[in-house]
Amino acid sequence: MNNRLINWFKYASPQSFYPLAGKLIPWFAAAAVVFGAAGLWLGLAVAPTDFQQGEGYRIIFVHVPASWMSMFIYLVMAFWAGLGLAYNTRLSGMMAQALAPTGALMAFLSLWTGALWGKPMWGTWWVWDARLTSELILLFLYIGFIALQASIDDPRRADKAGAVLALVGVVNIPIIYFSVKWWNTLHQGSSVSLTKSPSMAALMLWGMLLMALAFWMYSIAVALYRVRGIMLERERGSEWVKSVLQAEGTK
Amino acid sequence: MNIHWQSFSDFLAMGGYGLYVWGSFGVTALILALEPMLAVRRRRGLLLRLGRQLRAERG
Repeated sequence: MNNRLINWFKYASPQSFYPLAGKLIPWFAAAAVVFGAAGLWLGLAVAPTDFQQGEGYRIIFVHVPASWMSMFIYLVMAFWAGLGLAYNTRLSGMMAQALAPTGALMAFLSLWTGALWGKPMWGTWWVWDARLTSELILLFLYIGFIALQASIDDPRRADKAGAVLALVGVVNIPIIYFSVKWWNTLHQGSSVSLTKSPSMAALMLWGMLLMALAFWMYSIAVALYRVRGIMLERERGSEWVKSVLQAEGTK
Repeated sequence: MNIHWQSFSDFLAMGGYGLYVWGSFGVTALILALEPMLAVRRRRGLLLRLGRQLRAERG
């Protein structure tokens, strides 16, 4: 076996992933703050008025990142869940469990900011169109995953049940993503386009990308933080957790 | 990179969309602040609980 392969497997065990995650969290958190500050500055202070939606379009700077993350976190969660089902690795189920609450919050934020955007632009908080309905289903999938895992005491069985739900629910992601193309929805397609008015759209696009990066870094930091707790909880009988607890106790 | 707004009240009004824009940014900020705070509290509780269990085990 070569070195790279050994290193890869090294971090697949909770006792070596735990300290690595602990070292990474402050960096991701700091990156989230920096990107967030830059994104807010561009989006709220500098970016010009939209020629169609006035200042109301600025909701895009939280709506689009939250929506992207809600879908992306689900894909990552389902990936870990599937990995756990296939290889029965300890870390996978913990990762999936750690991601679900953040994903649910992102789905909620997507719906919430979407409603606040829909009201002034379409005249309604909510419509049962394909995009909105499938995003609502995504929120329910997250809540279902969390509730299902919480209802089963044995963590390995909880992981398996959750994994099946997560994998079945993956079908919903392309439906959300392509809904605006497949059906005639009230929800518009992509609103930031470089072709309309390049200099103006560029500032908006950069603001949105920076906010998306901030949401990305935030999600990684929170999920890593949460997974460390899950590791301690699930492996509480093991020697490595005992030494971590002792080190924490002497601080 | 000039600031887009004439005044602070202009900024707050968001061209008449203030309620919607600030309602979106406000709730997002609230959730993104609350989630880490709750996670930290949960972790502190967990460490206390597991620490107590460990001490009880060792007598």
